[in-house]
Amino acid sequence: MTVSPPGFWKRHQRSLAPWLFLAPGMLMFVIYVVIPIFQSIWISFYQWDGLGPKTWVGTQNYVDLLDDDSFYTSLKNNFIWLVLYLLAVPAGLAVALFLNQAVAGIRIYKSLFFFPFVISQVVVGLVFSWFYAPDFGLLPKIIAFFTGKEVAILADDRYATYGVIAAGLWPQIAYCMILYLTGLNNINPEQVEAARMDNARGLSMLWHIIIPQLRPATFIAIVVTVIGALRSFDLISIMTVGGPYGSTRVLSYFMYEQALSEYGVAMGYGAAIAVVLFAIMLIFITIFVVRMLAQERNA
Amino acid sequence: MNYFKTLSGLALGLALSATTTLAGEIVVNSDQTDPAPKKAMEELVADFQKANPGITVKWNNFDHEGYKSAIRNFLTADAPDVAAWYAGNRMAPFVKAGLFEDVTDVWAANGLDDTLKSAAASMTMDGKKWGVPYTYYQWGIYYNKDVYKKAGVTEPKNWDEFVANCEKFKAAGVDCLTTGTKALWPAAGIFDYINMRTNGYEFHMDLTAGKVAWTDAKVKATFANWAKITPYITANAAAIDWQDAAALLSQGKAANYVMGNFAVATFKDGGMTNDNLGFMIFPEITAGIPRAEEAPTDTFHIPSGAKNKEDARKFLAYVASPEAQTKMNATLGQLPVNNKATAGDDPFIKAGFEELSSAYALAQFFDRDAPADMAKAGMEGFQEFMAKPENVDAILERLEKVRQKAYK
Repeated sequence: MTVSPPGFWKRHQRSLAPWLFLAPGMLMFVIYVVIPIFQSIWISFYQWDGLGPKTWVGTQNYVDLLDDDSFYTSLKNNFIWLVLYLLAVPAGLAVALFLNQAVAGIRIYKSLFFFPFVISQVVVGLVFSWFYAPDFGLLPKIIAFFTGKEVAILADDRYATYGVIAAGLWPQIAYCMILYLTGLNNINPEQVEAARMDNARGLSMLWHIIIPQLRPATFIAIVVTVIGALRSFDLISIMTVGGPYGSTRVLSYFMYEQALSEYGVAMGYGAAIAVVLFAIMLIFITIFVVRMLAQERNA
Repeated sequence: MNYFKTLSGLALGLALSATTTLAGEIVVNSDQTDPAPKKAMEELVADFQKANPGITVKWNNFDHEGYKSAIRNFLTADAPDVAAWYAGNRMAPFVKAGLFEDVTDVWAANGLDDTLKSAAASMTMDGKKWGVPYTYYQWGIYYNKDVYKKAGVTEPKNWDEFVANCEKFKAAGVDCLTTGTKALWPAAGIFDYINMRTNGYEFHMDLTAGKVAWTDAKVKATFANWAKITPYITANAAAIDWQDAAALLSQGKAANYVMGNFAVATFKDGGMTNDNLGFMIFPEITAGIPRAEEAPTDTFHIPSGAKNKEDARKFLAYVASPEAQTKMNATLGQLPVNNKATAGDDPFIKAGFEELSSAYALAQFFDRDAPADMAKAGMEGFQEFMAKPENVDAILERLEKVRQKAYK
């Protein structure tokens, strides 16, 4: 009687199983994310209208980009978005602290505050467009009541971007609030108790005891807010269509305008913008990943 | 045995081709979602099927704005047999990419060179015809007669009078000229007219064709004439849609609106009637220049990837016929292109017919005459100019930069 050696599957089951489970996801990721990234980089070296033949132009698209005022407007607006959008993190924390109490009907208040995150960005954009609308909007009426002169936020290149960001902050604050509310549930009550005995109260309690324990929530809130700011697109498309005269463009909208919109036929140029946006995102993603790995190593 | 196989194969092939010609189906893609155009299209499809028994039309109706990007996908991926589009430079990318079928034969077989003469030039590229026009409409100034009366102003005969009127409207607390440029294109109507009236049709065509620099002295003259009325244009034009601006005119908050005839329905929805809605041809600026007008033309084309080109040609021929164009344009409230067709007897249609038939030349509209990237940058520049006329030099320099790239 001979003992047959265990089959290939038996011998390698443990090492192969994870890869098998990962395979469908990885396949999708490669087809829909990794390959398009390289395709975009490739297309960005061509002049192409999306229909006809491609012509190789080397780095000409990037040279043109550096000479394009719209590019700098977009870059500047992306920066404004990034900075102001981060206000959603402290604002979300403030709302979460405010709502983290046991009062009758608190669940209703929580859902009301969470509401803007549930509705579509398109609806948020429309609501704010009407809020800002000259002639019948609420905000111009209020401003007119105090100053005697209506201001059409979205028609003025000085205010339009801030108007759009304000609309974006509404749902983003709600999102950060939810992250912090779950974080607050996991606060260690013993530590709070001990701090109280040591006479910590108010701000010092918040700063030294609560916020350090909310670090994981803060980390996630910052990550989603930064990514959200960089890929802002839908609100701009709904509220201003990039206008007035292109002053509310950001890189993602600029790319869409150049490559895919009604008047956009410059695929290569659009791809070049996409590559620049990708490079900027890569900086932030690298910072986050490095930090995450460092934290995991310490834990 | 082999012989029999070949025969049966042949028979099968014959049977198949017979069914395709007998029970023909053509797929038509278009973007007529507004009530009047939708009804006109429904009638056209029904009448065509009645006139051509055996051909059924499968009509896919797209959202108007979405269609403009959808067409690029469906022409390459899954071409219909007939697609709606626009004349002039707007069809150039598809013609150059070989996505539209040459239909010169349809024009020759139906005598269209004669009956559709007024639009022949805008349908021709490389000496061939690429589609069939079925409707166009006039542009001009629509005005509120009540406001004119209230401000004690009469219809201007030339630009100086128009500008002088603006002063009076301002004193009466009314916007002399209104527009809503959120979607950009309404700004281009104003530019086209001021440029054609200042420098003439040929110069306007050279400019949109990229042959003249935007920093040219003649272009600056156009903007100088425009600057005379910028203080009297609705202040927040950049934030509102054209329909919102139409409401301002209907409500008597604005006096004039440079618009296409399709806006009449919107003015009337806002409560205006044939009695207080006025129409005038854009006033003369440089004396003695032959009068050119804007008349954007809507068209049907056969994609080169169409499956049933034979029946699609019948559809195009039918759309070009005087009967079809008379009926369609009566429903649309627009002007037939076919000169044997009869225009409706609505006062604005009649005025448009007069205006266009006596015009020296017809332009398609800035975003159809200029290539896409130039059109986009140009209209953005016009929008900025109306809000900040002092930036004119920076705007023109920017447009010149775009021109050097766009026409390569």
